[in-house]
Amino acid sequence: MSNTTLQAVGLAAASDASEHRPLIITLFAAFVVATLFITVWAGRQTKDAADFYAGGRQFTGFQNGLAISGDYMSAASFLGIAGAIALFGYDGFLYSIGFLVAWLVALLLVAEPLRNSGRFTMGDVLAYRMRQRPVRTAAGTSTIVVSIFYLLAQMAGAGVLVSLLLGITSDAGKIAIVGLVGVLMILYVTIGGMKGTTWVQMVKAVLLIAGTLLITFLVLWKFNFNVSDLLGTAAEQSGKGAAFLEPGLKYGATGTSKLDFISLGIALVLGTAGLPHILIRFYTVPTARAARKSVIWAIGIIGAFYLMTIALGFGAAALVGPEEITASNKAGNTAAPLLALHIGGADSAGGAILLAVISAVAFATILAVVAGLTLASSSSFAHDIYANVIRKGQATEKEEVRAARWATVLIGIVSIALGAMARDLNVAGLVALAFAVAASANLPTILYSLFWKRFTTSGALWSIYGGLVSSVVLVLFSPVVSGKPSSMFPSVDFAWFPLENPGIVSIPLGFLLGWLGSLLSKEEPDKGKYAELEVKSLTGVAAH
Amino acid sequence: MTTDAPPPPGGKDLGPAQPTTEQFVEVQESAEFAELRRTYRSFAFPLTVAFILWYLLYVLLSNYAGGFMGAKLFGNINVAFVFGLAQFATTFLIAWFYARHAAEKLDPKADAIKSRMEADA
Repeated sequence: MSNTTLQAVGLAAASDASEHRPLIITLFAAFVVATLFITVWAGRQTKDAADFYAGGRQFTGFQNGLAISGDYMSAASFLGIAGAIALFGYDGFLYSIGFLVAWLVALLLVAEPLRNSGRFTMGDVLAYRMRQRPVRTAAGTSTIVVSIFYLLAQMAGAGVLVSLLLGITSDAGKIAIVGLVGVLMILYVTIGGMKGTTWVQMVKAVLLIAGTLLITFLVLWKFNFNVSDLLGTAAEQSGKGAAFLEPGLKYGATGTSKLDFISLGIALVLGTAGLPHILIRFYTVPTARAARKSVIWAIGIIGAFYLMTIALGFGAAALVGPEEITASNKAGNTAAPLLALHIGGADSAGGAILLAVISAVAFATILAVVAGLTLASSSSFAHDIYANVIRKGQATEKEEVRAARWATVLIGIVSIALGAMARDLNVAGLVALAFAVAASANLPTILYSLFWKRFTTSGALWSIYGGLVSSVVLVLFSPVVSGKPSSMFPSVDFAWFPLENPGIVSIPLGFLLGWLGSLLSKEEPDKGKYAELEVKSLTGVAAH
Repeated sequence: MTTDAPPPPGGKDLGPAQPTTEQFVEVQESAEFAELRRTYRSFAFPLTVAFILWYLLYVLLSNYAGGFMGAKLFGNINVAFVFGLAQFATTFLIAWFYARHAAEKLDPKADAIKSRMEADA
């Protein structure tokens, strides 16, 4: 989600939005009240660490599948992809495919072994065979970095986006929205723990799917369910003709942008199974079999959703048109809400109601995702760093959960502050960076830990820190941060890495370093611990 | 926020009794476990390589074979569109295929080892 561009609020959406403000605020408030009610109810049942971190491990595969979908489908994928398709046609759709195919890595290689051998965090599995303190520190660092980057992008985006939907243009108003989102996410996580967060994510997933189904149905109905007609009209309205339906409008400009697209594609596919806020969701079900079922459900739900973004995006291009979309928001983030307004009738009650519903869905989407990210980072801080590194495994469960709650408050306050400060920066690149770190630092270490018997503590440290540092450094010196009008800091130029996505370099590097670090270190891998991990991960013996 | 009664030390989440490391090593070296490992890896690893290559092919064609991808098949539906939908279809198919393989071939083997180890522990 682009921030500077989001700032360019066009008159169209702003005036539309302020007319419908009371209705939109009512729906926002209804969602907040309902979810706070759920949170308090869940908090009453949260007694020990397994409740706080893993929701008591009693969710069903279907419930967890819904919650995973709610955790994964961010405002960036709902509003961002619809907008990208509306403005760039086919290239917007390319995004969705990487986001979906990625789930097969989680299904085939990660979900079940992780559920069987870990307890609360990604660090549980990474540190299983290794010296606890260094690997826990590395896993905690990487978890917190990935989650905070992701969180910051969502927070900064939320402020601008919600302001846009409500027609708020003042700086103070935007900061207030960021603060409100931050306070709500702190409440969800500290009071409700994983149980509350899971229910919020499930409610959000149902709302998001229902909202997109409704708009998709109305769009297709308008074109008599003839998809070819819809695409033809979209191409015509876009002013770009047949090229609108072909790859290349967004990524095809130069050799560098093509390479950038490959780099992005690899990071999307390999990053998902290394995102800590997704991984900890597998601990909320009782068995590996239920974890498998949750991924199957998630693939079904997320796949159906991304298929519907085709109707949303091309529908917005055909029925709203690029002029009105870019006038409202240059990056196209308001394409879906504008489509809702138009399809319901721009000057009618129907249009107003649909706009309000879709805006409320976007708000719910933001809240559910930021809650999941906060929970992932605070549980890794409490369980990996506080309990196992600082207290060397001597902390009681009660102390650990207390640390997790305080960490939530701290992370919440920090992200409100950073989100408010970053509201004028273009932080869209941070989500791609989060995926790149997850794919370069976390995934190699997870796969080596589970499947390679010669993997050692040094190997784990090399792959985590190597993947983490290389992706962050490459992005720091890329056009994401400086040197271009669309950069975070457009007025300076210290970029020497040409690509916005570091994955094509940092992912192979992460894998290579994990392998080299293990071969070059003199330590012998712990055979007994590997036997424990391997047998547990494949059979579920003595699983928590 | 916190509960009044202190949880029992370690909490309720200790899981079932842990077999010893020797028992784990013994199982890991058994033919039965080798069979489970082989059944899992020989299915999951090649399939992972295959779907990643299939996805990369799609990315590369989108990048470098614009003419082919833009060819219209019926109405305004072109090759790129069909290719993209095929990625959805293969993802759903592979997920279903793995779920079936796991339920038929992996779960019974894993359960047999698990119940024996937990009985011994």
